[in-house]
Amino acid sequence: MNSVEAVAINAAAFVITLALFGIYVATLGHNPLDVYYVLWLGSFARQISIESTLTNAAPLMLTALCTAIPARAGLLVIGGEGALVVGGVATVLAGMLVAGAPFLVGVTFMSLAGALAGGLWIAFAGALRQYRGVNETISTLLLNYIAIAVMYHLITGPMRDWERVLKTSSWSIPDALRVGALPVIDVHWGLAAGIVVCLILYVVMRRTTFGFGVDVLGGNPRAAQMAGLPINRMVLICCFMGGAAAGLAGAFEVTAVHGFASESLVVGFGYAGILVAFLSRQNPAAIIFLAIILGGVAASGGLLQRRFDLPDATTQVLQGLLFMIVLASNAAYGRLNVFQPAAWRTA
Amino acid sequence: MNMVSQLAVEAPPSVSIKGLTKRFGALTALDDVAMEIRPGAFHALLGENGAGKSTLVKCLMGTYRADAGHVLIDGQEASIASPRDAQRLGLGMVYQHFTLVSSMTVAENLVQGEAGLGAIIDWPARRERLTAFMADMPFRLELDRQVSTLSAGEKQKLEILKQLHLGSRFLVLDEPTSVLTPDEADQILGLMHQLTDAGRISVVLISHKLREVEAYADEVTVLRQGRLAGRGQVGSLDRSDMVRMMVGEDQLAASAPRVTHDAGEALLSVRGLSVEDDKGVPAVRDLTLDVRSGEIVGIAGVSGNGQTEFVEVLAGQRAETGGHIEAGGRRYGKTRAEMRALGIKLLPEAPLDNACVRGMSVAENLSLRTYDTEPMARGGIWLNRAEMRKRAAGLIARFHIKTQGPDAAIETLSGGNVQRTVLARELSEKARILIVQNPCFGLDLKAVAEIRRQIVDARNEGTAVLLISEDLDEILELADRILVMSDGRIVYETPRSEADLQEIGHHMAHHEE
Ligand SMILES: Nc1ncnc2c1ncn2[C@@H]1O[C@H](COP(=O)(O)OP(=O)(O)OP(=O)(O)O)[C@@H](O)[C@H]1O
Ligand SMILES: [Mg+2]
Repeated sequence: MNSVEAVAINAAAFVITLALFGIYVATLGHNPLDVYYVLWLGSFARQISIESTLTNAAPLMLTALCTAIPARAGLLVIGGEGALVVGGVATVLAGMLVAGAPFLVGVTFMSLAGALAGGLWIAFAGALRQYRGVNETISTLLLNYIAIAVMYHLITGPMRDWERVLKTSSWSIPDALRVGALPVIDVHWGLAAGIVVCLILYVVMRRTTFGFGVDVLGGNPRAAQMAGLPINRMVLICCFMGGAAAGLAGAFEVTAVHGFASESLVVGFGYAGILVAFLSRQNPAAIIFLAIILGGVAASGGLLQRRFDLPDATTQVLQGLLFMIVLASNAAYGRLNVFQPAAWRTA
Repeated sequence: MNMVSQLAVEAPPSVSIKGLTKRFGALTALDDVAMEIRPGAFHALLGENGAGKSTLVKCLMGTYRADAGHVLIDGQEASIASPRDAQRLGLGMVYQHFTLVSSMTVAENLVQGEAGLGAIIDWPARRERLTAFMADMPFRLELDRQVSTLSAGEKQKLEILKQLHLGSRFLVLDEPTSVLTPDEADQILGLMHQLTDAGRISVVLISHKLREVEAYADEVTVLRQGRLAGRGQVGSLDRSDMVRMMVGEDQLAASAPRVTHDAGEALLSVRGLSVEDDKGVPAVRDLTLDVRSGEIVGIAGVSGNGQTEFVEVLAGQRAETGGHIEAGGRRYGKTRAEMRALGIKLLPEAPLDNACVRGMSVAENLSLRTYDTEPMARGGIWLNRAEMRKRAAGLIARFHIKTQGPDAAIETLSGGNVQRTVLARELSEKARILIVQNPCFGLDLKAVAEIRRQIVDARNEGTAVLLISEDLDEILELADRILVMSDGRIVYETPRSEADLQEIGHHMAHHEE
């Protein structure tokens, strides 16, 4: 019942967003229908656009988990961007360490390094909250800035690749350790990793005693205390898992897309992931589909801007609109009579 | 509007409910119910837990939409689609939980609910009117006191004043006295009775306490399983008539025989415990006590004397600032492993907020203590929801929890059935240490007898029971040793055999003098 409700509310949010976006482009003097068509063209109409959509979706799945998993325990973590960056930098360092190692060993090591770095990064925010009373939303927001600043420091100094003049970047990982495309479709292996991690975490959260305990904690911390659950440990684990997912996104951005750490890691995957997490209502399986839809929005952005000569910020306007409407639509849960045949909720 | 003159002039409406039916999915919570409340009546609405009392008044107040039936107000059919409609018709409800803004003053709270409040409030004029309004009321509160400084009884009074000030001349009180001490309850109900006697308002009182009904109400309506089971004048019914209407021909559980034995070793020991409340004010001061195997230690006291904070510490929901707790002879760290090894079970007050997870099902809530053990978890890791449901179905039957099934959300249960759910969870396995706070709040007569029996049974089998209750009768009935808590301290102790009501009452009231 509830998942039907979620789908319906999300669909309505999308439709309202598209309508408002239509008004926005109309004020800029374009026919909204043409714009919608190009959105479709750039995201799902052709193989190449689908590939680009999925390439964008891969990191989104993982960064969405960075918000979704801690949210199940009752935390609002928005540190996906920072965890991704930290994960990317750690991946480069790990790549330097294992140069010359066999492919599988090297890639596994780099991925684990990225995940570990991202996991510790967010777990740190979790520890600050549990042991020092620091609000996790603020700390993860600030940690994003810190992560980005640290990366810039490293790629402009200690880790800078001086050979590359046009683009400031870190050293590149060895070519032999670069990850390629999936079979059949030209999308990197990060997509498979994203889907697998989402499915694993779905099982962990829905089918294990750990996931049940986390739901109790998120649902009512006082009940969790009364049941004697190890709350600190659960919060740290959730933060670690979420951060590790985002760190893994950073790892694949390095090993499969860029080959090095640079400002290209800071393109907003972390923030778009928050949106995906909200849309999915913290359900890791739903994240897979919603990340693909949001990946489509990102993929068609460039085409949209070029075709209609729209301002650069246009896709951000679209995403921002969607975010606000999704947040507003959260108020609709439990209020629509259609979905509550028994009664509407009482306070 | 001038409430004073309105209250004086307009008589309360006559309200009659006809053929009211309300379904929640497959469950028919109310089935063709009728009820008549004449103007100026003090009308009691009785029934077991889950009989449909709250649902009935929520339909009347526009919180729920009835599936069939209608309401006549002064003989005219009224359509009440929302609480606002009800307010317009002069119908008001005082809920069991408080709806006041605690950081505001009494005056601000009174004004706050008014419709048509402009952007600018003319305070001098309002105050004058509020003062006149208060002067006209049988009970008064200082307009400038902040609500957070009011006692539970005073808050309840303010809720009632707020309704009267809004112009309600027909007041529904849904279990208003469960948060009050007997004295406060008597005072408030007595004052309400004055208002109904003077023909100024009508009152519908929902209560499980027949003593209150007999003392204050003049007519009753009884519901059983969603149907009208009887009605009449209080004067012409005696207690057994009312009980029969409520429970049918079923027998109440006999009170449990008490085994006389010497209490064993101390299982739960509190040593010099100090606790602060949310504002950092000491709530429990240097409290020391022992609860031994096979005894019930009852802590009596007026609410707000540190009981809540004390139970929170025992539940792991609040940190102590000094002293410590020992369980089974060792320091107690409130971990799940200890709770399990020592068999520590706990029923706190307000179980929906303190011991349940809203949004989770009855089955899930029944499993909070055991979900990670066989057979509900395979290997301690994999949840087996089918087993969870199966076990829940067993508990639902055994503890007579009224619910649409194990998968119903916990918030759809009636107040008393939430209480039973938590009791079922805590009593389903053998407890060695049982801590219960107001275990019978909101329970109907039959359930009260059942639960008290279970508590005594547990004691007979050697469980150490700590009973914290504001109901002195309950303590006198159950406890082997009676302690009185006042201002965060144990100020008096007496064994059951020497308990003297006067003496206990004196110590309970002590700090208020
Ligand atoms: N929102 C709801 N959704 C589904 N079922 C509900 C809902 N509200 C009440 N019920 C069911 O309707 C029945 C009557 O509930 P109600 O709250 O009216 O009982 P009550 O007489 O007030 O009992 P109590 O004395 O325990 O407060 C119960 O079986 C309850 O589970
Ligand atoms: Mg009720």
